[in-house]
Amino acid sequence: MKLYLKDGTVFEGKSFGAPKNASGEVVFNTGMTGYVESLTDPSYAGQIVVLTYPLIGNYGVPDKKFFESNKMQIAGLVVAEYSEQYSHHAAKQSLAEWLKVSGVPAITGVDTRALTKKLREHGVMLGHIENVRPTRSNIPFEDPNEENLVARVSPKKKQAYGNGPVKIIAVDCGMKENIVHSLARPEVTLVRVPWDYDFTAERYDALFLSNGPGDPRKCAPTIEHIQAAMRDNKPILGICLGNQLLALAAGASTYKLKYGHRAQNQPAIESSTGRCYITSQNHGFAVDTKTLPDGWEEWFSNANDGSNEGIRHKTKPWRSVQFHPEANPGPTDTAWIFDEFIVSLKKKYA
Amino acid sequence: MHKPKKVLLLGSGGLRIGQAGEFDYSGSQAIKAFKEEGIKVVLMNPNIATVQTDDKRADVVYFLPLTEKFAIEVIRKERPDAIALSFGGQTALNLGLSLEKTGVLKKYGVKVLGTPVSTIRDTEDRELFVKRLKQIQVKTARSRATLNIKEAISAAEEIGYPVMVRSGFALGGEGSGVVRNEKDLVAKLSEVFRNVSQVLVEEYLGGWKEIEYEVVRDRADNCITVCNMENFDPMGIHTGESIVVAPSQTLSNAEYHGLREIAIKTIRHLGIVGECNIQYALHPKTGDYRVIEVNARLSRSSALASKATGYPLAFVAAKLALGYALPEIKNSVTKKTIACFEPALDYVVLKIPRWDLNKFENAAPRIGTEMKSVGEVMAIGRSFEEGFQKAIRMLNIGAYGLTAQKNGNFQIPDYLDEIKNPTTRRVFAIAQALRAGVSVEKIHGMSAIDTWFLHKMQNIMTLERELKTKKLDASLMRRAKQSGFSDAQLAVIKKTKESSIRSLRKRLKVLPVVKQIDTLAGEFPAETNYLYLTYHGTENDIVRGKKQIAVLGSGPYAIGSSVEFDWSSVQALRTLKREGYGTVMINYNPETVSTDYDISDRLYFEELSLERVLDITDFEKLQGVIVSTGGQIPNNMALKLEKNKVKILGTTPENINRAEDRHVFSKLLDILGIDQPAWAELTTLSAAVQTAEKLGYPVLVRPSYVLSGAAMSVSLDKDTLVKFLKRAVDISSDHPVVISKFVENAREIEIDGVAKKGNLVVYAITEHVENAGTHSGDATVVLPPQRTYIETIRRARHIAKAIVKELNITGPFNIQFLAKDNKLQVIECNLRASRSFPFVSKVTGYNFIDIATRAMLGLDVAGNYRTLELDLVAVKSPQFSYGRIKGADPISYVEMASTGEVACFGDTYSEALLKSMIAAGFRLPKKNVLVSLGKEENKVKLLPGIQTLADMGFKIFATEQTAEFLTEKGVPCEKVYKISTAKHPNVSDLLEKGTLDLIINIPTHAFQRESTDGFTIRRKAIDMNIPLITNRQLADGFITALHEQKGNGLKTKSWDEYRS
Repeated sequence: MKLYLKDGTVFEGKSFGAPKNASGEVVFNTGMTGYVESLTDPSYAGQIVVLTYPLIGNYGVPDKKFFESNKMQIAGLVVAEYSEQYSHHAAKQSLAEWLKVSGVPAITGVDTRALTKKLREHGVMLGHIENVRPTRSNIPFEDPNEENLVARVSPKKKQAYGNGPVKIIAVDCGMKENIVHSLARPEVTLVRVPWDYDFTAERYDALFLSNGPGDPRKCAPTIEHIQAAMRDNKPILGICLGNQLLALAAGASTYKLKYGHRAQNQPAIESSTGRCYITSQNHGFAVDTKTLPDGWEEWFSNANDGSNEGIRHKTKPWRSVQFHPEANPGPTDTAWIFDEFIVSLKKKYA
Repeated sequence: MHKPKKVLLLGSGGLRIGQAGEFDYSGSQAIKAFKEEGIKVVLMNPNIATVQTDDKRADVVYFLPLTEKFAIEVIRKERPDAIALSFGGQTALNLGLSLEKTGVLKKYGVKVLGTPVSTIRDTEDRELFVKRLKQIQVKTARSRATLNIKEAISAAEEIGYPVMVRSGFALGGEGSGVVRNEKDLVAKLSEVFRNVSQVLVEEYLGGWKEIEYEVVRDRADNCITVCNMENFDPMGIHTGESIVVAPSQTLSNAEYHGLREIAIKTIRHLGIVGECNIQYALHPKTGDYRVIEVNARLSRSSALASKATGYPLAFVAAKLALGYALPEIKNSVTKKTIACFEPALDYVVLKIPRWDLNKFENAAPRIGTEMKSVGEVMAIGRSFEEGFQKAIRMLNIGAYGLTAQKNGNFQIPDYLDEIKNPTTRRVFAIAQALRAGVSVEKIHGMSAIDTWFLHKMQNIMTLERELKTKKLDASLMRRAKQSGFSDAQLAVIKKTKESSIRSLRKRLKVLPVVKQIDTLAGEFPAETNYLYLTYHGTENDIVRGKKQIAVLGSGPYAIGSSVEFDWSSVQALRTLKREGYGTVMINYNPETVSTDYDISDRLYFEELSLERVLDITDFEKLQGVIVSTGGQIPNNMALKLEKNKVKILGTTPENINRAEDRHVFSKLLDILGIDQPAWAELTTLSAAVQTAEKLGYPVLVRPSYVLSGAAMSVSLDKDTLVKFLKRAVDISSDHPVVISKFVENAREIEIDGVAKKGNLVVYAITEHVENAGTHSGDATVVLPPQRTYIETIRRARHIAKAIVKELNITGPFNIQFLAKDNKLQVIECNLRASRSFPFVSKVTGYNFIDIATRAMLGLDVAGNYRTLELDLVAVKSPQFSYGRIKGADPISYVEMASTGEVACFGDTYSEALLKSMIAAGFRLPKKNVLVSLGKEENKVKLLPGIQTLADMGFKIFATEQTAEFLTEKGVPCEKVYKISTAKHPNVSDLLEKGTLDLIINIPTHAFQRESTDGFTIRRKAIDMNIPLITNRQLADGFITALHEQKGNGLKTKSWDEYRS
């Protein structure tokens, strides 16, 4: 099996997933554990994921209830050394079995470090995984960012959780399950709505903007709804894509990072305190801090490359983070962001 | 931030089990971190072979014992405003705690840097620790701290047997173990309570997974985990005895980050500032956990984590101790990112402990909750199999890997038993079981080792079977290499030569690639020098360097190869760099300074094997390789490397071999007219016996192939000779035995020197306190010599010059002599740096390795080096670890047993000797001394000494015959009966009373191991931590020194004060 990159590079390996072809954007993730969570993260929709940690599959795949969405989301998987045997008390199947059932192709035996360095130097690239020896000269690369990926992964219907006095509208642009777990508390009614659902006429206390795949500018309806919520002075919290959507709604702009942040070790510094948090990240687009309008400020910044990691309004209850406080995979150091959000709402509405 | 002006840094002293060279690494980094800030550093460490005690590192160095008395003197004299306790292991931590407790630090206004003392106490005192963790609902093993046996019994009953007992304030789990019933509990604790005041009785967690995290926290409460590690050997085996993998392999995201979250919560709650380590037990089925312990200091694990990730933990810890916040510190590896991040690895790291238990007769090879290993190796690969087989080879125990051994070595008769009751060679037992078709599940059932690891081992065994039957084509060759098979292993499997496999492999274009360790899994470009080789790759991360010379390192710490060879390698690198060469270091010992990120231009964390060194030289096209600073491992490779067209710097490999080959060297000595003890090489038992008779007993027997136990032995008569040869040695034409005359009552002197093109440049003569029969590594060594005649010194120099000329030596060398009645015999000659090079360099003030390296580069090294008339006397003492090796007889012997060494300076020999002995753990007696002197000669020779002791007011107890002898000679003493007699008072009664300050027990035959009353006394002395002297010359020297020093005091003078 081979991985073809847009620039003509070819990596060869052995197939261990579904026996089929796939196209997508090739991105790398440097997390050393958490492949189950990553592979089910809807933000990875349309992407061929390269895991830089070489030994993958070691602890198998657990029950669905541990997934971050109802299925595997990635387009394809590239690893260095797939572990045929797995060992874990919670494992129900092997990674290979799961890939096959999910219809996702995967390659093992690739020099993932060489591949990562290439992506680092050239930026993320389109790629194609071909199972049979291809004879055609034009490989069918597909840029997933041209499609509205959010529309693909967002649910079609709204769903409510809990029955608390505080009603939060959570716009699901590809929301990870652990965000639902993090927000669903006794005092909360969480209403999970599709990405383009118009909630502006409904009664609600606060707005949550989820993570999701692709270019945030594709979510024009969502941005309009956020602007309406801002006019109503509703408290807002955003995560990842939610950070970018909030920025766009505020009038700032976003851009595509050269090769994104997909890792569990990204240091994010809180601007006001100087405190540094280790965060879990998965994003290819970022907020351009310089374009933040008056009244807004940077909440967090990335200590490695200075890119934006969160914004907040100086007076209004609007804030968002680029990283993933819900973790899964990754460190749980910033889970307090949910706590603060809920506490502030409780004070106001409960 | 209020930065201190002057910091007192406490080192860790001599290397011993549980506390090896890792603290040279951490101390060296701390000095660097402090100096960068313009802070003056005062270092106290008697370990003279360390890099941290080098010239121009710390501002002031004290080669003094790490005791309260000396520390107070240093504080009084230097007036530091801060003290660093966390860079010198448990020794420094304990010393710091006692200085704080007695109010010394407060009195002199010395601030403890980093983690506050109250926090250290919370982590060291088990009861406090459990209480503190309970406050934040963090689970610890159910346990009770007990102060005496009665309390321990009731605690064990409450928790339920089996229980785990641990003693507080101990390094490396000393005095801990599993106890299954009350009888065993009493037996174990009667010994333990003598050394410690508190013992913890706790829930037994055998079979749980053992996981560690290295945690860093700053004053601003930023807190990160730098690395996590999983033990291959589950709970029940000390982590220092376990194979360790980084990062964890069998933990899910929830487990990995769940434990990480608890680690951060715990460390924040405790209030640690700097670096620490937290250990967990994790239930393999339920995911339940217990925190086992927190080490609030740099540790062996942190050295490993630092080398495994490339994150300079000790350096960062030192900065944090000064008050810096993590985001303010740069990542010194990438130079682009900050220190506040968690390294992402894109490789797997394996650590395997190195044991030397076969050096000790009677010592059980079983491993468990107490640490017995003397060193460790670290291998890096991109698959478990690759790293695992690399690591096994790195141990330097003759194993080719997990399997495919030469000569059917590592065959274990009762392999299932050794899997169930783990021994030092359990991995080979598992390999054998897998080969025999035992299932992974069954092995898991017996060992509790996770099946993931066992499956990986099975992969290796399965591939071996495939290799046996299939043709070695490119694809199979690549798979074999990716699974860590060496060319030598493939040669065994394919019944051919290693060189044939190598050339086949090159023809098939199956070559390793060079990868970098960059702490970020390739996410950012890094300027790292930190490299490894793998077959899982298609691309090199780097291009060939320019004008480079490589230094081959020393491999694992082991008995006979300690920190001194790392010191020599570091000196060589430094000189090469200064002379404008690009430096390449090849070594794989994570506890070293030579493997630090800023010591060489390129660090290959790789095997010191012919195959791997050739891989590296093929890639780098080096200008030369230095094999003479890393001890025996690189020295042995010289000839083979040269045959493969690698340029060896210094003495030619051919001449190195002329010194190594006993026959050739002996003939050479004969031609030069230099005397040597008579010897013969024999291939049959009867010839051996005949020769021994001819030479006359006692004889020294040196086999070339050892089955078990000691490699060398002294035989007194035919019986002992036959017994030794039959039991321990495979004598045959392939494996000849060398028998030489053992010269009794001879003294030993050594010359360490440097030559250039056959001319002697600089040398130092040292003399041993102990007579021949004590291994030179176990001897107490004096410089300048005190008792050697000028005439003898002159002769030794002449002999050295003749040998230097004949072997055309360029570089370091060492010659050992026997001296008896002014007559000199050469017993050994090595054309490499010896273990005493750092000692002679620091005592004489000339860096012998610097001179040697310049000589090897062809530079001018001529000079007037004065090494005989010094204004000081220095004594180097061996550091033993007998306390850790249960059942071993603590006597000096022809086989080396010490694990490290210390050295101290004095204005007189007496002062230096006493200081040096104290630095190695000896305590000066106050009142009660037990003497048991063995044969008549010992009694006669030590009589004046014992008389002196009695005159000085010591109360002398003596065993039966010694007592009778002393009484007869008018020395007042109290007679005690031997333990084997039923009469009272016997030695046992005396020991039990716990009032003995010193035991002088001289075995009848100094060079023979015996299991008698003498052994029992010596062993008890060790187990009860009573100072013990077993050598007549040392006893004599000690008593004389004690008498001479009475009233003079032991001076607290810095190295500079002795030199000025």
